Amino acid sequence: MQDFGAAFGEAFRLVASLDPDLVEIVGLSLRVSVSAVLAAALIGLPLGAALAVARFPGRGVAMVALNSLMGLPPVVVGLLIYLALSRAGPLGPLGLLYTPWAMILAQMVLVVPIIAAVTRQTVEDLKDEYEEQLRVLGVGTAGMVATLLWDARFSLLTALLAGFGRAIAEVGAVIIVGGNIDHVTRVMTTAIALETSKGDLALALGLGLILLALAIGVNAAVMTLRRTAGHAAYG
Amino acid sequence: MRPTADPETGADGRAQRRVLPIRGAGLAIRRAGRVLLDGVDIEIVPGPLTVIMGPNGAGKSLLLRVLATLVPPDAGTVTWAGTTPGRDRAPRLGFVFQKPVMLRRSAIDNVRYALKVAGVPRAERDRRAAEALVEGGLSRLAGSPARVLSGGEQQRLAIVRALATRPEVLLLDEPTANLDPSATLAIETQVRDAHRGGTTVVFVTHDLGQARRLADEVAFVHHGRIAERGPADRFFNAPSSEAARAFIEGRLLP
Repeated sequence: MQDFGAAFGEAFRLVASLDPDLVEIVGLSLRVSVSAVLAAALIGLPLGAALAVARFPGRGVAMVALNSLMGLPPVVVGLLIYLALSRAGPLGPLGLLYTPWAMILAQMVLVVPIIAAVTRQTVEDLKDEYEEQLRVLGVGTAGMVATLLWDARFSLLTALLAGFGRAIAEVGAVIIVGGNIDHVTRVMTTAIALETSKGDLALALGLGLILLALAIGVNAAVMTLRRTAGHAAYG
Repeated sequence: MRPTADPETGADGRAQRRVLPIRGAGLAIRRAGRVLLDGVDIEIVPGPLTVIMGPNGAGKSLLLRVLATLVPPDAGTVTWAGTTPGRDRAPRLGFVFQKPVMLRRSAIDNVRYALKVAGVPRAERDRRAAEALVEGGLSRLAGSPARVLSGGEQQRLAIVRALATRPEVLLLDEPTANLDPSATLAIETQVRDAHRGGTTVVFVTHDLGQARRLADEVAFVHHGRIAERGPADRFFNAPSSEAARAFIEGRLLP
């Protein structure tokens, strides 16, 4: 118990003193996860909106598949990306394995289904309200997708938040494709796993605290943005 | 490919972009064993302010939606200016719903949006949107989020938005059903002004007083059929169908 208290004290000291190792790890975590979420949004937002608007045979199957993919096991994704990026894999020549790019790719694969599924639901709800109005104005399918995405933009922040939550907290995939290499691919979650196994609870706890604070801070910021900017635009 | 010219002044085959006359032939719709439209033939020609009237559930709103191609009929055809309706001509047909659908943007951006979809060049959109709001008496609300406007203001904005693209015909589906008398008056004035300005108007209502105030001609719908159609004076003073006579006299219709 004394060790636990000491670890907490040391953790706070590391955070308060902006320990360079800690800052580096947090910085890389944010860069990787934010990049992964932005890249996933470029795919997931239009994909989800298109699924909400388009009517085609097999749409039901596509939606079940998309919802199922939200529960993709990170280690399986990590393994598949590893195989693709390994020397013998189809993307091997790119030399991305054990780099932050590989981690971004893995997190992106995990996050796309989440963003697409939440987007589909959000856009479909708005479509129920908008569809006839847009049709009488002469808006086509592509225009409808764009309009619904734009008008649902503040609600869609929730989709990005859900994606960011998954990405920043994920450990299984990034440890496989990133390798947890010090100063190269070590992020908060992989560092916590490593330091805990080494018995360095202070650093692990410090990172854990930051991870929690980040999750709360990002959520609070996005919710504030959604409330204030959304209110100004929507009323 | 969307036309890029103004629907009014564009050089891209203006004659092909007409929607009037709108003709429905043999329109029939059946849902869950109920006949909602029963072989309706109707023609909307340029000029008069036509009121489609009838009791609740008669099929008048559905008929309007079918004519606007929002609902495909089970049988029968709809043509606009003699040809199959197409999305490219949608801006030439304004449609106002009973419950206005306001896009999540400002009042003026709602109008700008309609103009953009209609292919009005960007440089013209601002001016025309502002003019349309002035005509509709809503210029002071231009920057307000459309969804915070009152019910009456939203409906007026919906009409402004529908008229901004200078449609040949304006179809309104019970636009004042949820509004108080002063908002109703404002809407009726707006509709009459549009009609005086040359827009053909088709107005669905079950309000007899409103029909008397607005109609040049009346189409009376009952049980999914047009029971009677003719000039408003004749309809109100000497209806030829028993259903219309009962409706006008305030007797309950089965």
